[in-house]
Amino acid sequence: MITLVDYNAGNLTSVQRALAHLGLACQISADPEVVRRAGKIIFPGVGAAGAAMRILRERGLDSALKEAFAKGTPILGICIGCQIILDHSEEDNTNCLGLLPGQTIRFSVSNPLPPSDYPLPNPLPNPLKIPHMGWNTVRVTQPHPLLAHLRPGDEFYFVHSFYPQPADAAQIYAVSEYGGDFPAAIGKDNLFAVQFHAEKSGTVGLKVLENFARWRPS
Amino acid sequence: MLSKRLIACLDVRDGKLAKSVKFVDTRDIGDPVTKARQYYEAGIDELVFYDITASSEGRGILLEVVSRVAAQVFIPFSVGGGLRTVDDCQRVLLAGAEKINVNSAAVQRPNLIAETAKAFGAQAVVLSMDVLRVEKSPKIPSGYEIVIHGGRTRTGLDAIAWARRGESLGAGEMVVNSIDADGTKTGYELTLTRLIAEAVGVPVIASGGGGQPEHLYAALTTGKADAVLVASMLHFGEFNVSQIKKYLAEQGIKVRRMNDEK
Repeated sequence: MITLVDYNAGNLTSVQRALAHLGLACQISADPEVVRRAGKIIFPGVGAAGAAMRILRERGLDSALKEAFAKGTPILGICIGCQIILDHSEEDNTNCLGLLPGQTIRFSVSNPLPPSDYPLPNPLPNPLKIPHMGWNTVRVTQPHPLLAHLRPGDEFYFVHSFYPQPADAAQIYAVSEYGGDFPAAIGKDNLFAVQFHAEKSGTVGLKVLENFARWRPS
Repeated sequence: MLSKRLIACLDVRDGKLAKSVKFVDTRDIGDPVTKARQYYEAGIDELVFYDITASSEGRGILLEVVSRVAAQVFIPFSVGGGLRTVDDCQRVLLAGAEKINVNSAAVQRPNLIAETAKAFGAQAVVLSMDVLRVEKSPKIPSGYEIVIHGGRTRTGLDAIAWARRGESLGAGEMVVNSIDADGTKTGYELTLTRLIAEAVGVPVIASGGGGQPEHLYAALTTGKADAVLVASMLHFGEFNVSQIKKYLAEQGIKVRRMNDEK
């Protein structure tokens, strides 16, 4: 049984639907006791780091997740769930769970033009659009059972303005490129986390969830 | 590097595909869910369901369609048409859509954009705009005016100004639909698309006029669009997703390919 951690962070039902499609049993829970006892945990989420951490703390889910990680429960983080496992996020200047050492960093953004500025200057400032939204290639940098099915050029769906940067490069398993390479999958021991939406990335994404269900971290 | 997206638009009336969608094979009996699944399996990057239902009973049927799609199709999709309040939008999102699409209602009450962006995040709010080419004037300096009600009502809003206002209110994406090009199959309105794409910092989706893969290429290069919306060129079976993506890839556009196509 996979437990989906409920902290009012959006895409729980998308992940639930994807697991149902794969025939994988899951339950949604906001109860820290259930999370502590869970066989496997998916920690999804969309939204802002500040609000996410606040709700996790209010519900006592922060310590439940830390304990589950420490005792070896397999955990899969998705999107925000890939960011707030680090020490700190630049989003809302938030102290996070600290399951892995590192920072969540904002994509460097251009200065937006004032709304009244027309006609537009030529050339335009930095064309990097934030959020990074859409399909992007994910390149495996270190083999991992959850990414074992990936072939060169496989793409996943991303929607985010911040990205996870573990302090230890050995904890990066895949990267994607948007104005430079950024970590797209990170992990350590029984924890794995992806910045992309595995539940919205077609068959290659569903396969990540399936691999997680089979995963027996040593 | 981010891929350019190919998005299929499906018009839905009373829970069925509207007449604008031709039924290509016998399995397809006008069920939008079947069609959505076909496109998903063929490698479409995203879907848009546009509800053209007139009655309120039909709207309930749309929500059923949305939840059936969400149970089978594991890519992002948005829903638009007749969404006027945060509650309307929330129902669609809870049923399984990723994004909501607002158009006329946002022109009439721009705060709808701010309210939905605050409630669901900018990434969930797509501002669709129907645009008509007009004489340049002090009020419409770009020569492109926003129209509503399917193009029947002019608003006096300059399209560039509206796009930038929409972005500042919190829209995370824009669909730029040219009323002049719509249905012509002679190509997207490239000047309009480029003007909006250069004016905003959010992704821009070109819409209206696509008939050939070359038109998509032009919208993504000359038009500077991040994505292209296609309807009849797919629905009528003249082209399939794979052909279109193959063509774009051969022209050097980065698109997502299915594994067996790489």
